[in-house]
Amino acid sequence: MNLNNIFGEIEKVDPEVYDRLDTRRAAMKGFANLGGKLALAAVPLAFGSMFQKAYAGTKSTKETVLQVLNYALTLEYLEAEFYSIALSKGILLIPMGAATTAIQTISGHETSHVAFLKAAIAPLGTAVAKPTFDFSGGSGSGTGPFLTVFTDYSLFLAVAQTLEDTGVRAYKGRAAELVKGGDLLTAALNIHSVEARHASHIRQMRKAAGVDVKPWITGVISGVSPASLVAPNYAGEDVTTQATINIVNINGMGTSVNAATEAFDEPLSATDVLAIVKLFIKP
Amino acid sequence: MSTSQREEIISNEKIIAPLSRRKFLGYAGAATGLMAGLAACSKNNSPSVDTGVDLLSGDFGILNYAYALEQLEAAFYIKVIASPYTGITADETARLTEIRDHEIAHREFFKNALGAKAIVALEVDFSTITFTSRDSVLGTAKAFEDLGVSAYNGAGRLITDPAYLVLAGKIVSVEARHAAYIRDLISNGSFADNTVLDVNGLEKSRTPVQVLAIAQTYIKTKINASNLPTS
Repeated sequence: MNLNNIFGEIEKVDPEVYDRLDTRRAAMKGFANLGGKLALAAVPLAFGSMFQKAYAGTKSTKETVLQVLNYALTLEYLEAEFYSIALSKGILLIPMGAATTAIQTISGHETSHVAFLKAAIAPLGTAVAKPTFDFSGGSGSGTGPFLTVFTDYSLFLAVAQTLEDTGVRAYKGRAAELVKGGDLLTAALNIHSVEARHASHIRQMRKAAGVDVKPWITGVISGVSPASLVAPNYAGEDVTTQATINIVNINGMGTSVNAATEAFDEPLSATDVLAIVKLFIKP
Repeated sequence: MSTSQREEIISNEKIIAPLSRRKFLGYAGAATGLMAGLAACSKNNSPSVDTGVDLLSGDFGILNYAYALEQLEAAFYIKVIASPYTGITADETARLTEIRDHEIAHREFFKNALGAKAIVALEVDFSTITFTSRDSVLGTAKAFEDLGVSAYNGAGRLITDPAYLVLAGKIVSVEARHAAYIRDLISNGSFADNTVLDVNGLEKSRTPVQVLAIAQTYIKTKINASNLPTS
């Protein structure tokens, strides 16, 4: 990355860029300081956040960004540890072959997301510590409804699906707070779509194991039994109107209710997500 | 092809181009000269210079950009379902039909959301695709889905209205679900490999310029993205 070139390009569209950043030299120095403290991977992010500070009018304040990133980090901690424990059970939990390989792939991504978010948070503030998790869903009691999640493969996949689908909704739910957020927004979006890929694959694994689910979410159907266990995770996924436009049979295209709900994944508010996540965290 | 399937295709195409049923079937679902004519005469006022269909600027520009990509995807899956590849399974037919319906829903959503700002129907060019071949169809589907995800991810930063950003987010994760499904059909376990992810496990996004350079191969109508926001 040639920083001088980048500043040059920015100068073309915004001649006042150096006023915003004090001077070119100060900007380069500031960036060098940041870069030295960061993993190389997070350098583009630091670069983005520097400009975020420089440009007024963005809705994403540093505090908001820090909050959203720590929120994302908490979810990634949860997913990373979930898969890590599952893999530690070996073939007692996950069949050898394609299933194990897939979970290893997903686990690797979640671990990378944790590291990435920590690096991204570093220049902005303090990263939250990893909570103590209770994957039984018992809020720390260890006796929640998913007690056998690491011994019962079908339950493991059901919880995995729920966590991935919820992760997708959680990122979406806070996207608006990162509007015009530059590299940080792009990074969040680039994690969001990977979670959706995971969700799709886990759903296919469940389908292969005999559960009637599709790679996408139809209505509020989770394929989890009893459905009430994960009802909050899927609540609202059945909407068929987007921005006041009714998607069912839109423009006479014959779009079914199911297709209308599947075609759009719905966000979940931070409040709703945290209420769900709380079940998996020991206070 | 059953009558009901044919009716469905016709119904799906009818908004894009007012074609006679006979003519439509004659072109076997592909876009037609009429659509090209529509696109050519409505896109600019200059009689001599073909600058292409102007996506416009600002958030509308980004929505038109998404609308263009959804038009491409919808047209593709309509054709896939109209002329299924050799050896397609019942489950594949069901899922690919659903994907077709999702893409049509996306396309029509953008058309309505944009209203008078919407670009014209684009003429597609699927001459490089062998629709009887599973490899060709799924390979193209994979390319389109991955491209769509990278496009939405890359365009997010260009959107200024939070509501549009959330809407793009609602669609991109469904495209990612499609992408993972198609990839697994081709090779189980390839749902999120390092051709689409970087070393940090983040999807590789693309700018509109990068996306359109790829998409234009399949779109005969020239697209003019020069007014799109770039930062």
